[in-house]
Amino acid sequence: MMMVLQALADGVFTGAIIALGAIGVSFTLQIMRFANFAHSEFLTWGAYIALAVTLLTGAGAPTLGLTFGWPLVAAALVSAVLTGLAAWGLDQLVFKRLRRGGAQPLVLVFAAFGAALVMRHIVVLIWGHDSYFYTRELQMAVLVPPGIRVMPDQVFILALALLAMLAMHLFLTYSRTGIAMRAMAESPGLAQACGVRVESVVRTTWLLCGGLAALAGVFTGLTPQLHPEIGFNLLLALFAAAIFGGAGSLPGAVIGGLLVGIAENVFLLVVPPGYKPAMPFVLLLMVLLFRPDGLFGEKR
Amino acid sequence: MIGITSYLVFFLCVVLVLSVLTLGLNLQWGFTGLFNAGVAGFYAIGGYTHAILTAAPQPQYLGNFGLPWIVGIAGAMALTALAALLIGLLTIRLRGDFLAIATFGIAILIQLVTLNLEPLTGGSQGLTRIAKPMSSVFTTPLAYNIFYLVLLIGVVALVYWALGRILASPWGRVLRAIREDETAAIALGKSALRFRLESFVLGSTLMGLAGALYVSFIGFVSPFDFLPILTFQVWAMLIVGGSGNNRGALLGTLVVWGIWAASGVTVSKLVPPSHAAQGAAIQVILIGLVLVLMLLYRPRGLIGERPMVSRHLDG
Repeated sequence: MMMVLQALADGVFTGAIIALGAIGVSFTLQIMRFANFAHSEFLTWGAYIALAVTLLTGAGAPTLGLTFGWPLVAAALVSAVLTGLAAWGLDQLVFKRLRRGGAQPLVLVFAAFGAALVMRHIVVLIWGHDSYFYTRELQMAVLVPPGIRVMPDQVFILALALLAMLAMHLFLTYSRTGIAMRAMAESPGLAQACGVRVESVVRTTWLLCGGLAALAGVFTGLTPQLHPEIGFNLLLALFAAAIFGGAGSLPGAVIGGLLVGIAENVFLLVVPPGYKPAMPFVLLLMVLLFRPDGLFGEKR
Repeated sequence: MIGITSYLVFFLCVVLVLSVLTLGLNLQWGFTGLFNAGVAGFYAIGGYTHAILTAAPQPQYLGNFGLPWIVGIAGAMALTALAALLIGLLTIRLRGDFLAIATFGIAILIQLVTLNLEPLTGGSQGLTRIAKPMSSVFTTPLAYNIFYLVLLIGVVALVYWALGRILASPWGRVLRAIREDETAAIALGKSALRFRLESFVLGSTLMGLAGALYVSFIGFVSPFDFLPILTFQVWAMLIVGGSGNNRGALLGTLVVWGIWAASGVTVSKLVPPSHAAQGAAIQVILIGLVLVLMLLYRPRGLIGERPMVSRHLDG
């Protein structure tokens, strides 16, 4: 019983990180209308950009029982901005030109394949295949009633992730650009007829998707290490979460991410650990078969 | 001189094996519009089936039946076809990019099975001592590779010819009709799902054949021969050559593998061994760039599909 509770708790922690990444996948699926296989590389870039920043500043003295201090949080924010810009830059360089040329959506998926290869291996080119750590501090798990082991880092990450999601929700609900984004997600034609400026919505979408992905990447890198496949290994989980929740739905992506994280950890109780990377995919296949529009999505 | 000849023979053998993969993918994507992102998975099924059927018996493995080469080839094709049928029945209804995600995941699942099912696959060690056909006749490595090259030319010619025949048949026309306008094809009474499934299974069977040919050429199989990067390379070959044209698929395979091999040689000359990871990264970046630049500047590929117009339309 305690093992199941522990799996649930671990699932919530990883699930929150997956959710941050899945929000971007979900919005590119719905607003840009293609499956962006390069999205996982935004996580990797985010993690390594933050690493580069902390090499300058240090991860900070441990505060509040965490293994790092405020400089790492600042580095994550800097990385979110830079990765957002990189995502937008990729759109300007590749996807925008393909859209202009009237390419069909699947061609954008090929291009995303190619872009993902280039982005991931630029990281290998600079950092190699070695693992890196933001901090070498060790941390003891804290026992939380009724007996679940929890790391203070995990709790802090969960809180930050939830904060980012809340900010995203407020942005989508109250800001003009956020409302325009939702309008584009629902009906591009109608949104344009109502005077929504497509290019500005596209830019905001990439900046936000890249930024959230970078945060997810930094959080993944904190538990416990960075390597060039850090994002790629999460690719299927991100898609599973996004499609599970229904493309273009923020609460959907969040719940999808949590469910994928929990399912991964619960499955581990019965499935040999060697098959762990396949778990999100098995979930995804079930969703695609039984509810292809997701839990909260609308028919496309 | 011998060195260059034997390298060239080896290079061409690999190109021909990969051509079979690209031709299979061209049937699925180029002619039917199926986005199979799990090429490496079907290639692995074929390769491992062949290895398990033909490798010399070893006590620690369940398989390794030591059967003749041709049984391995036939078994590899049959099992890949069966796997593709099951996978296709599950996924063929999915629309474009969702099919890509599903097949991509299946390839990863297959690779995990090869890594973890040790009694059958040898795990990360892989399987060795896989029978090479006619290796008692052609004893030197060069003579053997030349023999295998001739064999592969025969196989690729047969596949090319057979595909040409079936694509020119009414069956092939229905595939293109489905690719262009599925609704119209259904309205004409064709079962789009059935044709898509048939094309998926046939294309995947070719990928399985390619896997078996590769494994029996190298004489060794391991999970690291079937990484997702292979799927991307084969896609790059098809897009560079021109999808919807089998000659394009062949040319694309030669060009992309040529770039890969040439950049590999250059990198190994220029980059010190301590930075081998960086050198390999440059190779992959090149392939990614070729793919993206091709899509941007020459989306038809080097030789794209010839437009087909009914002869009854000619004045």
